[in-house]
Amino acid sequence: MEIIRFDNVHFKYPGSEKETLRGISLSVEEGTFVAVLGRNGSGKSSLAKHMNAILLPSSGRVTVCGMDTADEDRILDIRRNVGMVFQNPDNQIVANVVEDDVAFAPENLGVPSDQIRRRVDDALTLVDMFNFKTHAPHLLSGGQKQRVAIAGVLAMRPKIIVLDEPTAMLDPQGRRDVISTVTALCRENGMTVILITHHMDECVNADRVIVMADGSVVKDGTPQSVFSDVDTMEKHGLSAPETVKILYDLNRSGYSFSLTTLDVQTCAEKIAEALGK
Amino acid sequence: MAHISIVDLTHIYSMGTPFEKKALDHISLEIPQGQMVGLIGHTGSGKSSLVQHLNALIQPTSGQILLDGNDINASKITRRDVKFQVGLVFQYPEYQLFEETVYKDISFGPQNMQLSASEIDERVREAAGFTGVGEDLFDKSPLELSGGQKRRIAIAGVLAMRPSVLILDEPTAGLDPEGSRRILSNVTAYRQATGSTVIIVSHNMDDMASLADRIIVLSHGTVAMDGTPEQIFSDPEKIQSLSLDVPQSTRIALALKKLGVDLRQPVFTHEGLLSAILNYRGGVTC
Repeated sequence: MEIIRFDNVHFKYPGSEKETLRGISLSVEEGTFVAVLGRNGSGKSSLAKHMNAILLPSSGRVTVCGMDTADEDRILDIRRNVGMVFQNPDNQIVANVVEDDVAFAPENLGVPSDQIRRRVDDALTLVDMFNFKTHAPHLLSGGQKQRVAIAGVLAMRPKIIVLDEPTAMLDPQGRRDVISTVTALCRENGMTVILITHHMDECVNADRVIVMADGSVVKDGTPQSVFSDVDTMEKHGLSAPETVKILYDLNRSGYSFSLTTLDVQTCAEKIAEALGK
Repeated sequence: MAHISIVDLTHIYSMGTPFEKKALDHISLEIPQGQMVGLIGHTGSGKSSLVQHLNALIQPTSGQILLDGNDINASKITRRDVKFQVGLVFQYPEYQLFEETVYKDISFGPQNMQLSASEIDERVREAAGFTGVGEDLFDKSPLELSGGQKRRIAIAGVLAMRPSVLILDEPTAGLDPEGSRRILSNVTAYRQATGSTVIIVSHNMDDMASLADRIIVLSHGTVAMDGTPEQIFSDPEKIQSLSLDVPQSTRIALALKKLGVDLRQPVFTHEGLLSAILNYRGGVTC
Protein backbone atom coordinates (compact mmCIF):
# COMPACT_ATOMS: atom_id res chain seq x y z
CA MET A 1 0.00 0.00 0.00
CA GLU A 2 1.24 3.47 -0.86
CA ILE A 3 2.01 5.57 2.23
CA ILE A 4 3.87 8.61 0.85
CA ARG A 5 3.23 10.23 -2.50
CA PHE A 6 4.87 13.25 -4.18
CA ASP A 7 3.12 14.63 -7.26
CA ASN A 8 5.29 16.99 -9.30
CA VAL A 9 6.51 18.82 -6.19
CA HIS A 10 8.37 22.08 -6.69
CA PHE A 11 9.77 24.03 -3.76
CA LYS A 12 11.55 27.33 -3.43
CA TYR A 13 12.66 28.91 -0.13
CA PRO A 14 11.21 32.40 0.32
CA GLY A 15 13.53 35.01 -1.17
CA SER A 16 15.55 32.42 -3.07
CA GLU A 17 15.65 32.49 -6.83
CA LYS A 18 16.59 28.89 -7.27
CA GLU A 19 14.22 25.98 -6.83
CA THR A 20 15.33 23.53 -4.12
CA LEU A 21 13.01 20.79 -5.39
CA ARG A 22 12.34 20.71 -9.10
CA GLY A 23 9.35 18.55 -9.94
CA ILE A 24 9.64 15.51 -7.67
CA SER A 25 7.22 12.66 -8.23
CA LEU A 26 7.57 9.50 -6.22
CA SER A 27 5.63 6.91 -4.32
CA VAL A 28 6.76 4.96 -1.23
CA GLU A 29 5.14 1.67 -0.23
CA GLU A 30 4.28 1.09 3.41
CA GLY A 31 6.90 -0.93 5.30
CA THR A 32 9.83 -0.21 3.01
CA PHE A 33 13.29 1.02 4.00
CA VAL A 34 14.25 3.87 1.67
CA ALA A 35 17.69 5.51 1.75
CA VAL A 36 18.13 8.97 0.24
CA LEU A 37 21.58 10.02 -0.98
CA GLY A 38 22.91 13.14 -2.62
CA ARG A 39 25.59 15.77 -2.18
CA ASN A 40 25.13 18.68 0.23
CA GLY A 41 22.54 21.06 -1.18
CA SER A 42 20.94 18.47 -3.46
CA GLY A 43 17.55 18.83 -1.75
CA LYS A 44 17.57 15.69 0.45
CA SER A 45 16.65 17.45 3.68
CA SER A 46 14.03 19.61 1.97
CA LEU A 47 12.50 16.44 0.57
CA ALA A 48 12.38 14.93 4.07
CA LYS A 49 10.85 18.06 5.57
CA HIS A 50 7.98 17.83 3.07
CA MET A 51 7.06 14.44 4.53
CA ASN A 52 5.74 15.84 7.80
CA ALA A 53 4.65 19.29 6.66
CA ILE A 54 7.59 21.23 8.09
CA LEU A 55 7.79 22.49 4.52
CA LEU A 56 4.90 22.74 2.08
CA PRO A 57 5.26 22.52 -1.71
CA SER A 58 5.36 25.76 -3.71
CA SER A 59 3.43 23.77 -6.31
CA GLY A 60 2.43 20.14 -6.59
CA ARG A 61 1.15 17.94 -3.80
CA VAL A 62 2.50 15.70 -1.02
CA THR A 63 0.19 13.03 0.41
CA VAL A 64 1.11 11.11 3.56
CA CYS A 65 -1.10 8.25 4.83
CA GLY A 66 -3.74 9.57 2.45
CA MET A 67 -3.62 13.12 3.88
CA ASP A 68 -2.61 16.19 1.89
CA THR A 69 0.19 17.91 3.86
CA ALA A 70 -1.20 21.30 2.81
CA ASP A 71 -4.45 20.58 4.69
CA GLU A 72 -4.02 22.58 7.90
CA ASP A 73 -6.75 20.62 9.70
CA ARG A 74 -4.74 17.41 9.34
CA ILE A 75 -1.35 18.72 10.38
CA LEU A 76 -1.39 17.11 13.85
CA ASP A 77 -2.43 13.78 12.36
CA ILE A 78 0.37 14.01 9.85
CA ARG A 79 3.03 14.82 12.44
CA ARG A 80 1.77 12.01 14.69
CA ASN A 81 2.23 9.58 11.81
CA VAL A 82 5.59 10.86 10.59
CA GLY A 83 8.32 11.05 13.24
CA MET A 84 11.55 12.89 12.46
CA VAL A 85 15.02 12.32 13.90
CA PHE A 86 17.80 14.82 13.21
CA GLN A 87 21.60 14.87 13.16
CA ASN A 88 22.43 16.15 16.60
CA PRO A 89 20.99 14.11 19.48
CA ASP A 90 21.74 16.90 21.97
CA ASN A 91 19.26 19.19 20.22
CA GLN A 92 16.47 16.65 20.45
CA ILE A 93 16.55 15.65 24.09
CA VAL A 94 14.51 17.82 26.43
CA ALA A 95 14.23 16.02 29.78
CA ASN A 96 16.67 15.11 32.56
CA VAL A 97 15.67 11.45 32.74
CA VAL A 98 15.54 9.11 29.74
CA GLU A 99 11.96 7.89 30.32
CA ASP A 100 10.65 11.43 30.83
CA ASP A 101 12.19 12.42 27.55
CA VAL A 102 10.52 9.56 25.72
CA ALA A 103 7.19 10.42 27.39
CA PHE A 104 7.33 14.02 26.17
CA ALA A 105 5.54 13.52 22.85
CA PRO A 106 2.72 11.22 24.03
CA GLU A 107 2.11 13.59 26.98
CA ASN A 108 1.72 16.46 24.55
CA LEU A 109 -0.60 14.38 22.42
CA GLY A 110 -2.87 13.90 25.46
CA VAL A 111 -2.37 10.14 25.71
CA PRO A 112 -3.83 8.76 29.04
CA SER A 113 -1.08 8.18 31.59
CA ASP A 114 -1.39 4.38 31.89
CA GLN A 115 -0.92 4.13 28.13
CA ILE A 116 2.04 6.50 28.26
CA ARG A 117 3.80 4.11 30.63
CA ARG A 118 3.32 1.26 28.19
CA ARG A 119 4.32 3.30 25.14
CA VAL A 120 7.51 4.53 26.82
CA ASP A 121 8.51 1.01 27.89
CA ASP A 122 7.74 -0.39 24.45
CA ALA A 123 9.68 2.35 22.67
CA LEU A 124 12.74 1.95 24.91
CA THR A 125 12.64 -1.82 24.43
CA LEU A 126 12.53 -1.41 20.64
CA VAL A 127 15.73 0.66 20.63
CA ASP A 128 17.33 -1.57 23.28
CA MET A 129 17.59 1.21 25.87
CA PHE A 130 15.08 -0.11 28.44
CA ASN A 131 17.80 -0.66 31.05
CA PHE A 132 18.74 3.00 30.82
CA LYS A 133 15.24 4.37 31.45
CA THR A 134 16.13 6.10 34.72
CA HIS A 135 19.51 7.38 33.49
CA ALA A 136 20.37 11.00 32.73
CA PRO A 137 20.51 11.48 28.94
CA HIS A 138 23.54 13.79 29.02
CA LEU A 139 25.69 11.01 30.47
CA LEU A 140 24.92 8.60 27.61
CA SER A 141 27.13 8.07 24.55
CA GLY A 142 26.17 9.69 21.24
CA GLY A 143 24.71 6.47 19.84
CA GLN A 144 22.71 5.87 23.01
CA LYS A 145 21.36 9.43 22.95
CA GLN A 146 20.35 9.07 19.34
CA ARG A 147 18.50 5.84 20.17
CA VAL A 148 16.68 7.69 22.98
CA ALA A 149 15.71 10.35 20.42
CA ILE A 150 14.37 7.58 18.17
CA ALA A 151 12.42 6.13 21.12
CA GLY A 152 10.93 9.57 21.72
CA VAL A 153 9.60 9.50 18.17
CA LEU A 154 8.42 5.88 18.44
CA ALA A 155 6.35 6.70 21.54
CA MET A 156 4.03 8.65 19.23
CA ARG A 157 3.46 5.32 17.42
CA PRO A 158 4.14 6.82 13.99
CA LYS A 159 3.78 4.77 10.81
CA ILE A 160 6.77 6.48 9.21
CA ILE A 161 10.12 7.48 10.68
CA VAL A 162 12.30 9.95 8.78
CA LEU A 163 15.96 10.19 9.86
CA ASP A 164 18.07 13.07 8.56
CA GLU A 165 21.74 12.03 8.85
CA PRO A 166 21.20 10.41 12.26
CA THR A 167 24.75 9.03 12.44
CA ALA A 168 26.80 12.03 11.29
CA MET A 169 28.05 12.73 14.82
CA LEU A 170 28.43 9.15 16.04
CA ASP A 171 31.40 6.83 16.46
CA PRO A 172 31.45 3.56 14.47
CA GLN A 173 29.79 1.56 17.26
CA GLY A 174 27.06 4.20 17.65
CA ARG A 175 26.47 4.11 13.89
CA ARG A 176 26.17 0.34 13.86
CA ASP A 177 23.66 0.42 16.73
CA VAL A 178 21.48 3.14 15.20
CA ILE A 179 21.41 1.52 11.75
CA SER A 180 20.59 -1.92 13.12
CA THR A 181 17.83 -0.34 15.25
CA VAL A 182 16.15 1.36 12.28
CA THR A 183 16.58 -1.73 10.11
CA ALA A 184 14.79 -3.81 12.77
CA LEU A 185 11.99 -1.24 13.06
CA CYS A 186 11.31 -1.78 9.38
CA ARG A 187 11.86 -5.55 9.15
CA GLU A 188 10.26 -6.61 12.44
CA ASN A 189 7.69 -3.88 13.06
CA GLY A 190 6.67 -3.00 9.53
CA MET A 191 7.53 0.68 9.88
CA THR A 192 8.31 2.76 6.84
CA VAL A 193 11.86 4.12 7.22
CA ILE A 194 13.29 7.05 5.26
CA LEU A 195 17.04 7.38 5.96
CA ILE A 196 18.99 10.36 4.67
CA THR A 197 22.71 9.73 4.80
CA HIS A 198 26.16 10.34 3.35
CA HIS A 199 27.41 6.91 4.40
CA MET A 200 27.00 4.56 1.48
CA ASP A 201 27.48 1.48 3.65
CA GLU A 202 24.37 2.41 5.68
CA CYS A 203 22.22 1.97 2.57
CA VAL A 204 23.29 -1.58 1.88
CA ASN A 205 20.29 -3.11 3.68
CA ALA A 206 17.72 -0.67 2.28
CA ASP A 207 14.98 -1.87 -0.05
CA ARG A 208 15.43 1.15 -2.22
CA VAL A 209 17.98 3.93 -2.74
CA ILE A 210 17.00 7.32 -4.12
CA VAL A 211 19.77 9.63 -5.35
CA MET A 212 19.04 13.36 -5.48
CA ALA A 213 20.99 15.92 -7.48
CA ASP A 214 20.16 19.56 -7.90
CA GLY A 215 16.57 19.19 -6.67
CA SER A 216 15.69 16.19 -8.82
CA VAL A 217 15.71 12.42 -8.42
CA VAL A 218 18.49 11.11 -10.68
CA LYS A 219 18.57 7.46 -9.59
CA ASP A 220 15.97 5.28 -7.93
CA GLY A 221 16.24 1.54 -7.46
CA THR A 222 17.61 -1.30 -5.36
CA PRO A 223 20.99 -0.66 -3.67
CA GLN A 224 22.51 -3.20 -6.08
CA SER A 225 21.28 -1.38 -9.17
CA VAL A 226 22.15 2.10 -7.88
CA PHE A 227 25.65 1.38 -6.55
CA SER A 228 26.68 -0.72 -9.53
CA ASP A 229 26.46 2.46 -11.60
CA VAL A 230 29.79 3.71 -10.24
CA ASP A 231 30.22 6.45 -12.85
CA THR A 232 26.86 8.09 -12.10
CA MET A 233 27.54 7.91 -8.37
CA GLU A 234 30.88 9.69 -8.80
CA LYS A 235 29.34 12.27 -11.10
CA HIS A 236 26.96 13.25 -8.31
CA GLY A 237 29.69 13.57 -5.68
CA LEU A 238 28.93 10.20 -4.11
CA SER A 239 30.88 7.00 -3.96
CA ALA A 240 29.99 3.33 -4.00
CA PRO A 241 30.77 1.07 -1.03
CA GLU A 242 34.28 -0.46 -1.04
CA THR A 243 32.83 -3.87 -2.05
CA VAL A 244 31.63 -2.38 -5.34
CA LYS A 245 34.63 -0.08 -5.89
CA ILE A 246 37.16 -2.90 -5.58
CA LEU A 247 35.28 -5.12 -8.05
CA TYR A 248 34.90 -2.13 -10.39
CA ASP A 249 38.63 -1.43 -10.36
CA LEU A 250 39.48 -5.12 -10.72
CA ASN A 251 37.25 -5.16 -13.80
CA ARG A 252 39.38 -2.39 -15.28
CA SER A 253 42.33 -4.74 -14.90
CA GLY A 254 40.65 -7.47 -16.87
CA TYR A 255 38.27 -9.21 -14.49
CA SER A 256 34.56 -9.36 -15.18
CA PHE A 257 32.69 -9.23 -11.89
CA SER A 258 29.08 -8.17 -11.69
CA LEU A 259 28.91 -5.06 -9.51
CA THR A 260 25.88 -6.01 -7.46
CA THR A 261 27.81 -7.21 -4.41
CA LEU A 262 27.23 -5.19 -1.28
CA ASP A 263 28.30 -7.42 1.57
CA VAL A 264 31.92 -8.11 2.45
CA GLN A 265 31.58 -11.89 2.60
CA THR A 266 30.09 -12.27 -0.90
CA CYS A 267 32.63 -9.83 -2.29
CA ALA A 268 35.50 -11.85 -0.80
CA GLU A 269 34.00 -15.11 -2.10
CA LYS A 270 33.80 -13.74 -5.64
CA ILE A 271 37.40 -12.54 -5.54
CA ALA A 272 38.63 -15.82 -4.02
CA GLU A 273 36.83 -17.76 -6.73
CA ALA A 274 38.38 -15.63 -9.47
CA LEU A 275 41.81 -16.16 -7.92
CA GLY A 276 41.25 -19.92 -8.16
CA LYS A 277 40.62 -20.62 -4.49
CA MET B 1 62.96 17.65 20.30
CA ALA B 2 59.32 16.87 19.83
CA HIS B 3 57.13 19.62 18.43
CA ILE B 4 54.40 18.90 20.97
CA SER B 5 54.96 17.04 24.22
CA ILE B 6 52.05 16.00 26.38
CA VAL B 7 53.44 15.16 29.79
CA ASP B 8 51.38 13.11 32.23
CA LEU B 9 48.20 15.05 31.41
CA THR B 10 45.11 14.57 33.55
CA HIS B 11 41.92 16.57 33.24
CA ILE B 12 39.00 16.31 35.63
CA TYR B 13 35.78 18.18 34.88
CA SER B 14 33.66 19.59 37.75
CA MET B 15 36.17 18.49 40.35
CA GLY B 16 34.77 18.25 43.86
CA THR B 17 31.13 18.11 42.70
CA PRO B 18 28.84 15.08 42.29
CA PHE B 19 29.38 15.46 38.51
CA GLU B 20 33.16 15.00 38.77
CA LYS B 21 34.42 13.22 35.66
CA LYS B 22 37.95 12.26 34.73
CA ALA B 23 38.18 13.02 31.00
CA LEU B 24 41.93 12.45 30.57
CA ASP B 25 43.91 10.08 32.75
CA HIS B 26 47.72 10.46 32.85
CA ILE B 27 48.30 10.83 29.10
CA SER B 28 51.86 11.20 27.78
CA LEU B 29 52.56 11.63 24.06
CA GLU B 30 55.34 13.08 21.90
CA ILE B 31 54.41 14.42 18.47
CA PRO B 32 57.28 15.31 16.10
CA GLN B 33 57.26 18.30 13.74
CA GLY B 34 55.34 17.68 10.53
CA GLN B 35 53.60 14.48 11.58
CA MET B 36 50.02 13.83 10.41
CA VAL B 37 48.24 12.29 13.37
CA GLY B 38 44.80 10.66 13.30
CA LEU B 39 43.13 10.79 16.71
CA ILE B 40 40.30 8.28 17.02
CA GLY B 41 38.18 6.87 19.82
CA HIS B 42 34.60 6.28 20.93
CA THR B 43 32.28 9.16 21.88
CA GLY B 44 33.40 10.45 25.26
CA SER B 45 36.87 8.89 24.98
CA GLY B 46 38.53 12.27 25.57
CA LYS B 47 39.53 13.27 22.01
CA SER B 48 38.03 16.76 22.12
CA SER B 49 39.26 17.37 25.68
CA LEU B 50 42.77 16.42 24.60
CA VAL B 51 42.91 18.71 21.57
CA GLN B 52 41.42 21.62 23.51
CA HIS B 53 44.43 21.40 25.82
CA LEU B 54 46.84 21.83 22.94
CA ASN B 55 46.03 25.50 22.42
CA ALA B 56 45.36 26.24 26.09
CA LEU B 57 41.61 26.50 25.61
CA ILE B 58 41.38 24.39 28.73
CA GLN B 59 44.12 23.88 31.31
CA PRO B 60 45.41 20.60 32.72
CA THR B 61 44.24 19.50 36.16
CA SER B 62 47.75 18.11 36.37
CA GLY B 63 50.57 17.61 33.86
CA GLN B 64 51.98 19.85 31.15
CA ILE B 65 51.73 20.67 27.46
CA LEU B 66 55.02 21.71 25.87
CA LEU B 67 55.24 23.36 22.45
CA ASP B 68 58.85 23.36 21.16
CA GLY B 69 59.88 22.60 24.74
CA ASN B 70 58.05 25.51 26.35
CA ASP B 71 55.12 25.14 28.74
CA ILE B 72 52.15 26.74 26.96
CA ASN B 73 50.48 27.44 30.30
CA ALA B 74 53.52 29.19 31.81
CA SER B 75 51.83 32.60 31.82
CA LYS B 76 48.87 34.58 30.52
CA ILE B 77 51.06 35.71 27.61
CA THR B 78 52.09 32.20 26.55
CA ARG B 79 48.47 31.07 26.81
CA ARG B 80 47.51 33.86 24.42
CA ASP B 81 50.39 33.34 22.00
CA VAL B 82 49.79 29.62 21.67
CA LYS B 83 46.38 30.35 20.13
CA PHE B 84 48.14 31.79 17.06
CA GLN B 85 50.63 28.92 16.81
CA VAL B 86 48.16 26.10 17.34
CA GLY B 87 45.11 26.54 15.12
CA LEU B 88 42.06 24.64 16.27
CA VAL B 89 39.14 24.04 13.91
CA PHE B 90 36.11 22.96 15.94
CA GLN B 91 33.34 20.57 14.98
CA TYR B 92 30.85 22.25 12.65
CA PRO B 93 32.99 25.42 12.46
CA GLU B 94 30.59 26.97 9.95
CA TYR B 95 28.27 27.82 12.84
CA GLN B 96 30.92 30.22 14.09
CA LEU B 97 31.09 32.40 10.99
CA PHE B 98 29.81 35.80 12.01
CA GLU B 99 31.29 38.57 9.87
CA GLU B 100 29.44 40.41 7.11
CA THR B 101 31.75 39.21 4.37
CA VAL B 102 33.88 36.18 3.65
CA TYR B 103 37.01 38.37 3.51
CA LYS B 104 36.38 39.86 6.96
CA ASP B 105 35.71 36.46 8.43
CA ILE B 106 38.96 34.96 7.15
CA SER B 107 40.91 38.04 8.30
CA PHE B 108 39.59 37.94 11.88
CA GLY B 109 42.49 35.84 13.22
CA PRO B 110 45.34 37.84 11.61
CA GLN B 111 43.60 41.09 12.71
CA ASN B 112 43.88 39.89 16.30
CA MET B 113 47.57 39.21 15.73
CA GLN B 114 47.95 42.95 15.04
CA LEU B 115 49.64 42.48 11.70
CA SER B 116 49.91 45.22 9.08
CA ALA B 117 47.08 45.62 6.56
CA SER B 118 49.21 44.31 3.70
CA GLU B 119 50.36 41.30 5.72
CA ILE B 120 46.74 40.53 6.63
CA ASP B 121 45.70 40.81 3.01
CA GLU B 122 48.46 38.44 1.90
CA ARG B 123 47.48 35.88 4.51
CA VAL B 124 43.78 36.03 3.66
CA ARG B 125 44.53 35.38 -0.02
CA GLU B 126 46.96 32.58 0.81
CA ALA B 127 44.47 30.85 3.17
CA ALA B 128 41.67 31.22 0.61
CA GLY B 129 44.00 29.63 -1.95
CA PHE B 130 44.67 26.62 0.27
CA THR B 131 40.97 26.00 0.81
CA GLY B 132 39.79 26.67 -2.72
CA VAL B 133 37.72 29.71 -1.74
CA GLY B 134 37.55 31.87 -4.87
CA GLU B 135 38.30 35.60 -4.52
CA ASP B 136 34.94 36.26 -6.20
CA LEU B 137 33.36 35.13 -2.91
CA PHE B 138 35.28 37.66 -0.78
CA ASP B 139 32.50 40.28 -0.73
CA LYS B 140 29.67 37.81 -0.22
CA SER B 141 28.00 37.14 3.09
CA PRO B 142 29.17 33.75 4.43
CA LEU B 143 25.54 32.98 5.25
CA GLU B 144 24.63 32.84 1.54
CA LEU B 145 27.03 29.99 0.80
CA SER B 146 26.67 26.22 0.86
CA GLY B 147 27.63 24.07 3.86
CA GLY B 148 30.85 22.80 2.28
CA GLN B 149 31.91 26.33 1.26
CA LYS B 150 31.17 27.71 4.73
CA ARG B 151 33.27 25.03 6.33
CA ARG B 152 36.21 25.78 4.01
CA ILE B 153 35.93 29.49 4.88
CA ALA B 154 36.00 28.64 8.59
CA ILE B 155 39.13 26.55 8.03
CA ALA B 156 40.69 29.38 5.98
CA GLY B 157 40.15 31.66 8.98
CA VAL B 158 42.39 29.38 11.03
CA LEU B 159 44.99 28.86 8.27
CA ALA B 160 45.30 32.65 7.90
CA MET B 161 47.09 32.67 11.26
CA ARG B 162 49.69 30.32 9.69
CA PRO B 163 49.63 27.93 12.64
CA SER B 164 52.56 25.53 12.97
CA VAL B 165 50.14 23.01 14.44
CA LEU B 166 46.76 22.55 12.76
CA ILE B 167 44.11 20.62 14.65
CA LEU B 168 40.76 19.71 13.10
CA ASP B 169 37.97 18.15 15.18
CA GLU B 170 35.86 16.00 12.85
CA PRO B 171 36.37 18.23 9.81
CA THR B 172 34.23 16.13 7.46
CA ALA B 173 31.21 15.32 9.67
CA GLY B 174 28.00 15.92 7.72
CA LEU B 175 29.73 16.54 4.38
CA ASP B 176 29.15 14.46 1.26
CA PRO B 177 32.01 12.24 0.01
CA GLU B 178 33.19 14.83 -2.52
CA GLY B 179 33.09 17.68 0.04
CA SER B 180 35.01 15.49 2.48
CA ARG B 181 37.70 14.71 -0.08
CA ARG B 182 38.12 18.42 -0.84
CA ILE B 183 38.58 19.39 2.81
CA LEU B 184 41.11 16.62 3.39
CA SER B 185 43.09 17.52 0.29
CA ASN B 186 43.08 21.20 1.41
CA VAL B 187 44.60 20.11 4.71
CA THR B 188 47.19 17.95 2.96
CA ALA B 189 48.13 20.88 0.71
CA TYR B 190 48.62 23.18 3.71
CA ARG B 191 50.77 20.62 5.45
CA GLN B 192 52.93 20.00 2.38
CA ALA B 193 53.46 23.70 1.78
CA THR B 194 54.24 24.64 5.38
CA GLY B 195 55.57 21.47 7.03
CA SER B 196 53.05 21.97 9.83
CA THR B 197 52.08 19.31 12.30
CA VAL B 198 48.48 18.20 11.73
CA ILE B 199 46.13 16.41 14.11
CA ILE B 200 42.76 15.23 12.79
CA VAL B 201 40.05 13.91 15.09
CA SER B 202 37.81 11.58 13.11
CA HIS B 203 35.33 8.73 13.21
CA ASN B 204 36.13 7.84 9.62
CA MET B 205 38.53 4.92 9.69
CA ASP B 206 38.94 4.85 5.90
CA ASP B 207 40.09 8.48 5.82
CA MET B 208 42.50 8.02 8.70
CA ALA B 209 43.95 4.83 7.22
CA SER B 210 44.86 6.58 3.97
CA LEU B 211 45.97 9.96 5.39
CA ALA B 212 47.64 9.56 8.75
CA ASP B 213 51.30 8.79 9.47
CA ARG B 214 50.28 7.71 12.90
CA ILE B 215 47.01 6.83 14.63
CA ILE B 216 46.38 7.36 18.32
CA VAL B 217 43.38 5.56 19.80
CA LEU B 218 41.88 6.98 22.97
CA SER B 219 39.56 5.03 25.23
CA HIS B 220 38.10 6.29 28.51
CA GLY B 221 40.69 9.04 28.76
CA THR B 222 43.76 6.88 28.19
CA VAL B 223 45.86 5.97 25.14
CA ALA B 224 44.64 2.50 24.14
CA MET B 225 46.71 2.13 20.95
CA ASP B 226 49.41 4.17 19.21
CA GLY B 227 51.05 3.24 15.93
CA THR B 228 51.02 3.37 12.14
CA PRO B 229 47.70 2.64 10.38
CA GLU B 230 49.22 -0.71 9.47
CA GLN B 231 49.87 -1.58 13.11
CA ILE B 232 46.53 -0.29 14.35
CA PHE B 233 44.30 -1.98 11.78
CA SER B 234 46.11 -5.31 11.93
CA ASP B 235 44.27 -5.98 15.19
CA PRO B 236 40.59 -5.79 14.18
CA GLU B 237 39.27 -7.46 17.33
CA LYS B 238 40.93 -4.92 19.55
CA ILE B 239 39.72 -2.04 17.37
CA GLN B 240 36.12 -3.29 17.52
CA SER B 241 36.32 -3.80 21.28
CA LEU B 242 37.13 -0.06 21.48
CA SER B 243 33.79 0.74 19.70
CA LEU B 244 35.66 1.50 16.47
CA ASP B 245 36.03 -0.32 13.21
CA VAL B 246 38.63 -1.26 10.61
CA PRO B 247 38.48 0.26 7.11
CA GLN B 248 36.22 -1.53 4.63
CA SER B 249 39.20 -2.65 2.56
CA THR B 250 40.68 -4.35 5.64
CA ARG B 251 37.40 -6.19 6.21
CA ILE B 252 37.49 -7.55 2.66
CA ALA B 253 41.14 -8.62 3.07
CA LEU B 254 40.31 -10.42 6.34
CA ALA B 255 37.37 -12.22 4.70
CA LEU B 256 39.68 -13.26 1.86
CA LYS B 257 42.17 -14.65 4.33
CA LYS B 258 39.47 -16.83 5.90
CA LEU B 259 38.73 -18.17 2.42
CA GLY B 260 42.35 -19.18 1.96
CA VAL B 261 43.54 -16.11 0.03
CA ASP B 262 46.37 -14.66 2.10
CA LEU B 263 47.36 -11.35 0.53
CA ARG B 264 50.59 -11.54 2.57
CA GLN B 265 50.59 -7.84 3.44
CA PRO B 266 48.55 -5.58 5.68
CA VAL B 267 45.71 -3.91 3.78
CA PHE B 268 43.98 -0.76 4.98
CA THR B 269 43.29 1.34 1.87
CA HIS B 270 41.43 0.81 -1.40
CA GLU B 271 44.65 1.17 -3.41
CA GLY B 272 46.46 -1.30 -1.14
CA LEU B 273 43.71 -3.88 -1.52
CA LEU B 274 43.62 -3.45 -5.29
CA SER B 275 47.34 -3.88 -5.78
CA ALA B 276 47.54 -6.79 -3.32
CA ILE B 277 44.84 -8.67 -5.26
CA LEU B 278 46.44 -7.90 -8.63
CA ASN B 279 49.86 -9.00 -7.37
CA TYR B 280 48.37 -12.12 -5.84
CA ARG B 281 47.24 -13.24 -9.27
CA GLY B 282 50.65 -12.37 -10.65
CA GLY B 283 52.27 -14.50 -7.97
CA VAL B 284 50.15 -17.51 -8.81
CA THR B 285 50.39 -17.49 -12.59
CA CYS B 286 54.11 -16.83 -12.83
